[in-house]
Amino acid sequence: MLSHDISPQSDSVEVIRLEDVRRRYTMGLTHVDALAGVDLLVQGNEYLAIMGASGSGKSTLMNVIGCLDTPTGGEYWLNGQHVSHMSDRELAGARNREIGFVFQMFNLLPRHTALANVEVPLVYAGMKKKERDERAKHALEIVGLSDRTMHRPSEMSGGQRQRVAIARALVTEPSILLADEPTGNLDSTTSRDIMVLFDDLHAAGHTLIVVTHEHYVAEHAKRVIWLSDGKVISDSMNGAGA
Amino acid sequence: MLITETLRIALLSIRGNIFRTALTMLGIIIGVAAVITMVALGTGAQRAIDEQMAALGGDILSIQTSSWFSRGVARDRQTLTTDDAAALSIGTRHFAAVVPEINNRYQAKYGNMNLNLSTIGTTPNYPDVHGFEIANGRFFSAADEAARARVVVLGAEIPAMFETDAAAIIGRDILIRSIPFTVIGVMNAKGSYGWRNPDDDIWIPLSTAQFRVTGDEHVETISVQVAEDSTVELAMLEIERVLRREHKIQPGADNDFSVIDRKQFVESRQEATEVFTYLLAGIAGVSLVVGGIGIMNIMLVTVTERTREIGIRKALGATRGNILLQFLVESITLCLFGGILGLLLGATASSLLAKFAGWQTVVTTDSAAAAFGFSAAVGILFGIWPAKRAAQLDPIDALRHE
Repeated sequence: MLSHDISPQSDSVEVIRLEDVRRRYTMGLTHVDALAGVDLLVQGNEYLAIMGASGSGKSTLMNVIGCLDTPTGGEYWLNGQHVSHMSDRELAGARNREIGFVFQMFNLLPRHTALANVEVPLVYAGMKKKERDERAKHALEIVGLSDRTMHRPSEMSGGQRQRVAIARALVTEPSILLADEPTGNLDSTTSRDIMVLFDDLHAAGHTLIVVTHEHYVAEHAKRVIWLSDGKVISDSMNGAGA
Repeated sequence: MLITETLRIALLSIRGNIFRTALTMLGIIIGVAAVITMVALGTGAQRAIDEQMAALGGDILSIQTSSWFSRGVARDRQTLTTDDAAALSIGTRHFAAVVPEINNRYQAKYGNMNLNLSTIGTTPNYPDVHGFEIANGRFFSAADEAARARVVVLGAEIPAMFETDAAAIIGRDILIRSIPFTVIGVMNAKGSYGWRNPDDDIWIPLSTAQFRVTGDEHVETISVQVAEDSTVELAMLEIERVLRREHKIQPGADNDFSVIDRKQFVESRQEATEVFTYLLAGIAGVSLVVGGIGIMNIMLVTVTERTREIGIRKALGATRGNILLQFLVESITLCLFGGILGLLLGATASSLLAKFAGWQTVVTTDSAAAAFGFSAAVGILFGIWPAKRAAQLDPIDALRHE
């Protein structure tokens, strides 16, 4: 169905290993343990949904996995690299190479065209203009937007914007695609299209982690973990595969 | 590669806020223009003085009667005589030339035109010592001096004042104090010294002035040219020794004459001009700093406005260094554009000042380069703090920023 060669992870490679990961926020004398000891193993080409009520710690877990935040306790290996001891500069590199973010608010740069938006991570990877163009065009092709490369975000629908964001997440060939409520700002038809795209990306070999509180989103995933009070309270396979 | 991309983003953002950017740049434009203009004025004044220095020729000491006070009022007492000049010119190796001058203002008449002119009675070596050249005709000679000839040499502007020209007036007579004098030469224009203009003086032989016009042996000034193998200090001591002897001044009594080093006088003026230039440039520099603060202000606003963009860029792999560089390049670009426009404005203002106010102004490549460097420095200095703030934003907070 998808014909592309952005190389996905092969199966049974350990992509994420969290061991007793903790994240404590200190405000004056009070502490809040947003993560209170999380253990998690994610293999290549898994399709994982992280669920939980608000305040359960799922955003913090996503930030830690996405290298935007560092744990205050425990260990984190991402694709064999020891993230929990990385410097700020190394974390930026890890975000650039290993993670492809998809946000609820799309987070495209308004003054840039779709193509330029997709190229941003490649700029920070230090790639030359010509190669950036080729890769970005290819990524836009995968999400079905090859005819929108020169449009600005303001000239596109919500679904198209999210597709640009997905192309931007794919373009560096990251170890994991990390999506935070990817359909939160979309109507139900468009949401379904985006989830179908995710299914296709999974089928093509990508590793996907989706943070959501919506069941129909989680139903697309093959594995669902539930968080509550900063702890994993359930970790199960979607037996029927939704 | 990354730097061209950074520059592209900076230009994109500047273009996105063109009006605000132009207003901000105005501060830098005015600052740089002010620095350029003030330095141009100062350099011009400096150059004018340098030219005067060159016009003065070698080291010349000027001996004058010192003023004395009677009941609190300064009175001139004529103490210098032609005999003093003669005594100075005999047998000293410290002086290359001694030029006595009798200065008076007399009514001069040519045809039916009357002018009140500064008339200098002096010796034939005057043009050499004071660096004058003859434009038309000749200066008076030793023979004229010996014969007390009634001949006169005119300053460059005199023929025009008599509504004629240099060639036409030579050989004609003018009346000085009703005594007819034949015009034998016209000097080259020398330009004013500021406190006086030698181009509207006239010159007659010393002996003629003494015996036919004033009737006494006093002179106002004796100029002494210091010999090349001597020094100003030694020449001053020699003058003092000779004149104290001639004037029979008792040891311990004050001199009744004063010796002025004109070069020193010009040098002190030069120093004053230099201080003035620094002062002007300093004030102009303050406006450049104010412009820089405007840049910092707008960069802080830009960073706040683009907090979310910073968050996105960080999430996509931008390091602190990338973000810092991006905002720094933006403020430097702003300042350099402002610097170029300011340079053009300053150069225009300088040439307008020269044209309409008649002040000599000089825009040097040095001052242009300095203004350019200054505006870049302002961009870095006032851009670094906002850029640092941008770089240190927490990506999670920045992404949440509305």
